[in-house]
Amino acid sequence: MLEIKEIWKTFNAGTVNEKQALRGVSLTLNEGDFCTVIGGNGAGKSTMLNAVAGTWAVDQGTISIGGTDVTHLPEHKRAAFIGRVFQDPMMGTAPTMQIIENLALAARRGQRRGLRWGLAKAEKDRYQELLSGLGLGLEDRLTSKVGLLSGGQRQALTLLMASLKKPKLLLLDEHTAALDPKTAAKVLELSDKIVAENHLTTMMVTHNMKDAIQHGNRLIMMYDGRIVIDVSGEEKKKLTVPQLLELFSKVSGSDEADDKLLLS
Amino acid sequence: MTVFLNALPGAVSQGLVWGIMAIGVYLTYKILDIADLTVDGSFCTGGAVFVMLFAGGANVWTAMLAALLAGMLAGLVSGLLNAACGIPAILCGILTQLGLYSVNMAIMDFKASVAINVTQADTLEKLLVSLRFVQGSVKGDFPLWRHPILVVGLFTACLIGVLYAFFGTELGSALRATGSNGNMARAQGINTDFCKVLGLMLSNGLVALSGALLCQYNGANEINVGRGAIVIGLAAVIIGDVLFSKLFRNFALKLLAVVIGAIIYYIVLQAVLAMGLNPNYLKLLSALVVAVFLSLPYWKGRYFAKPVKRGGAANA
Repeated sequence: MLEIKEIWKTFNAGTVNEKQALRGVSLTLNEGDFCTVIGGNGAGKSTMLNAVAGTWAVDQGTISIGGTDVTHLPEHKRAAFIGRVFQDPMMGTAPTMQIIENLALAARRGQRRGLRWGLAKAEKDRYQELLSGLGLGLEDRLTSKVGLLSGGQRQALTLLMASLKKPKLLLLDEHTAALDPKTAAKVLELSDKIVAENHLTTMMVTHNMKDAIQHGNRLIMMYDGRIVIDVSGEEKKKLTVPQLLELFSKVSGSDEADDKLLLS
Repeated sequence: MTVFLNALPGAVSQGLVWGIMAIGVYLTYKILDIADLTVDGSFCTGGAVFVMLFAGGANVWTAMLAALLAGMLAGLVSGLLNAACGIPAILCGILTQLGLYSVNMAIMDFKASVAINVTQADTLEKLLVSLRFVQGSVKGDFPLWRHPILVVGLFTACLIGVLYAFFGTELGSALRATGSNGNMARAQGINTDFCKVLGLMLSNGLVALSGALLCQYNGANEINVGRGAIVIGLAAVIIGDVLFSKLFRNFALKLLAVVIGAIIYYIVLQAVLAMGLNPNYLKLLSALVVAVFLSLPYWKGRYFAKPVKRGGAANA
């Protein structure tokens, strides 16, 4: 479903702040794969997700989604294939617009937007039903401005928006990192549910090793702009946090990784 | 006082005309979240295109349509400077506005002022609005329905209706999303660059249309007519917002609030003039008023913030 071939990205090339963020990353996800991505700060996790989403163009390499080469497509065109939830709860929704308007915008992802009504009457019931599925009471607040919602509510809504028009690929970029532990657990549970119900091919970046092991059927770890660990299937199911840490220090050739990963 | 009262219908008429420009400013400033300074130039462009075409014998509606299109073209230039050339939006407006001075001069045949011959009855008859209709329609020289308050009022009501419908469409929603959160808009497949350009075109089209109306009202277009238009527009938007934000939630009503804001601005202006202020101080006064109103929310948050009440909702 997703095929990344040898992508490279350098930020601020030629200056003292030069940073090789991605150094030849290749990754293939099959349809229905739920891949968790871990790694220390600056390992390239978010950079890889942004490369796929098209936030900027990669320097080298190709990216294709569902057989379509998207390497040279701008962000808004790639959106036809991709659902996204960001780390910052503010980023995924339009705060000055109503909950129902946000959903209506998401329902038209990948379509030409013309002079038809932006919100058809028939849509309302469907959204109400979907919102009540979140269990947050948002179904009674359809016309509330999204700016009034809490971070957790916004992430839940963004998740719903990302999956409303079934995407070929769902990108979750540390989408629970800004939430308190209880809310984070709830949003994560919701993510699992939505991914399973829609059989979405998913990539989830997380800082939490336990979450990375518990969720999904595949786990990759990044270090210094590369994928250094890639486990899936039975092997991943049996994985424990200490094992993962050991594996990592072996690959990266240092112990500093422990602190870096555990503290981050 | 009588001076002021006599000037009142004229002030309301002018406020209505400028209200259309203020709606244009509202679209960029409030909806797209861009401070677009193009309006200082495109306002005059609208008047210039109108006066030249009308003086050349064109139908009043044709001339107004041309003014609208010319304004949209100015918006397109600013939009492309921003979207295609990566220049910050505020600079794009300044550049276009400066360039438009020459363009406006060229349109007006390098004359600083071009007049419509309103002393000729049949020419005057063809105009949609004129200063002369304000008292003329009351005295009986013209039918009462020609009063600028009625004509421009109706015109504005139609415009608000069209805009209300447009911002309810998929495209209009995309425009609102672009201004609300560009990241979200792009993630939902909205071409935010296109939306910004479209918004700027729409805004400057309205501004130019307002310029064409003011040109008719004054019976002439002069090269400096748009100077400081952005400030008047902002004043109208802010006055409308301060007075009616609690009352008007609906989008159409918010646009109405902007128009009322413009009317209030002109009434206050007349009041100040009636008190004997030298008209040359008006621009300073406008700038001060807008500066104060723009500072109010900041001061309110900084110096008059209410302490947060304890014991809020448990699941906030």
